[in-house]
Amino acid sequence: MNPGSASVKAFFALCERDLYVTVRRDLLPFLSQSLLQPIFFLFVFGRVLPEIGAAQGAYGAQLLPGVLALTLVLTALQNVALPLIIEFSFSMEIEDRLLAPLPVTWVAVEKLLIATLRGIVGGLLILPLGELILPGGIDLSGASIPALIVMIVVGGVVGACIGLLLGTAVPPNRIAVAFGLILTPLIFTGATFYPWQALDSLRWFQIITLANPMTYVSEGMRGALTDTPHLGAGWVALGIAVSLAVFGTLGVRGFRRRAVD
Amino acid sequence: MSAAAAPAAVVTVQELRKRYSGAPVDAVDGISFDVREGEIFGLLGPNGAGKTTTIGTITTRVRPTGGRVTVDGFDVSRQPVEVKQRIAVVPQRPNIDRSLTALENLVFHAAYFGEPRATRRRRAEELLVQMGLEGRGGDKVDNYSGGMAQRLMIARALMHEPRVLILDEPTTGLDPQSRLFLWETMTDLRARGVTLMLTTHDMAEADRLCDRIAIVDHGKVIALDTPRGLRRLLPSEHGLEVVVAGTEPFEDAEGAAEEDRWRGRVYGEVTPTQMARRVAESGRELIELRTLEGSLEDVFVHLTGRELR
Repeated sequence: MNPGSASVKAFFALCERDLYVTVRRDLLPFLSQSLLQPIFFLFVFGRVLPEIGAAQGAYGAQLLPGVLALTLVLTALQNVALPLIIEFSFSMEIEDRLLAPLPVTWVAVEKLLIATLRGIVGGLLILPLGELILPGGIDLSGASIPALIVMIVVGGVVGACIGLLLGTAVPPNRIAVAFGLILTPLIFTGATFYPWQALDSLRWFQIITLANPMTYVSEGMRGALTDTPHLGAGWVALGIAVSLAVFGTLGVRGFRRRAVD
Repeated sequence: MSAAAAPAAVVTVQELRKRYSGAPVDAVDGISFDVREGEIFGLLGPNGAGKTTTIGTITTRVRPTGGRVTVDGFDVSRQPVEVKQRIAVVPQRPNIDRSLTALENLVFHAAYFGEPRATRRRRAEELLVQMGLEGRGGDKVDNYSGGMAQRLMIARALMHEPRVLILDEPTTGLDPQSRLFLWETMTDLRARGVTLMLTTHDMAEADRLCDRIAIVDHGKVIALDTPRGLRRLLPSEHGLEVVVAGTEPFEDAEGAAEEDRWRGRVYGEVTPTQMARRVAESGRELIELRTLEGSLEDVFVHLTGRELR
């Protein structure tokens, strides 16, 4: 078989293996890892706080795009990073894939693709969950469906690229520390629980949040789902393009370095 | 054997050098050898000699700093996909896919190598039987013992019918029974025309299995030959054991009487033919005459001045 078609076949076989494992072995762990935290965010911030008068009833509409973005990015991120750290160290499982007849960069791309798909599934499930949990349900009347689709896809890719970098850079004995140190700021400085525009009165924090790739996914999602003020589409596009370029390049480079000594 | 008559080389390693980034010395310092079609080739040497690095280069996982390595004529650095299509690796540490059952491990591996869907499962089941894992295909591999994991990895390696099967320290840590099974399997595979390459620090294993052995030390090949050829490097190779009728000592041989015969050893430059003539001239009957062969262990000590460890 010529190497080109061998590589294509190997790529799809790797995808098939990952989808098979997702559906047949990992479905419950995957869904709980992906959705538990967002469910609590929606419930506590979107339902409990308005109920006890600590937030306005309309807050749920602001929260939903943020939680959707968060789920998307974190699910994709964790579904690359955690397996990679383990496969490169304890289980060495990555070896069988690196020795499959395809370029090692394609193995990295396959990881990104599957994690993105997992992120998209997690993200899409937030919509019915929001409908169930939020007091007013969700309102998609002001939503732009094409923009929503674009944001869901690129949001997943951004998360997966960050995950690829973490998965190849974090040593296995530092998983807990590294994830705590990285994920917490990612969650809370990413315009997840508030629109970026509303930070005008907290200028220094508003500036800081621009360094978080999550901000652009959240704001883009907010723009796609609501008609409240949000970061301009151009800035969102730029922020996402820069995030993809930086994390994608560093992630693939990190993967290659781990794959070939 | 003349070069022309030798079977074609499947793997060629020429002046291979590897220095890992940040390392003060080369892990591999100019290694050259060929692995010929259909043979079992062994890389023998102590831990840290550069065996695993050499294997790593052949399997495209380690980038050479210098020299050239080809598999079936394809360069490992420039044509890694072609190389990977032709090799299979049984690593030192188990790297089985733990999310899958044993059978699924084999089936998906075959899928990576583009085996048609129809034949994957049948072949997987055949190989499970061959490797003594019949009826265990549905097991989660977490429950596999070290020996079983090893056999599963060999089955996996054979799924895509590689040109050369590479085993890195295959018997390290195996129980004696599994080890014997592995040795038999390897001899069997060779009989079926599979080219095998293995690394080991076990002299007995190399001696028993390998057609040719490269002894590696400090990143260099210090000797390369058949096990017999390597033993010939020993000074004691120039010794003979002679058994003659009658209990009285024979010439200056060191030895002792045994029932009706005398068994002794003669060292120095004397060929079996000369010895046979001397026995005949002495008028005594020659019962047994053989060349003394040392162990590969002795060869290693002789070449390096160190014990193999």
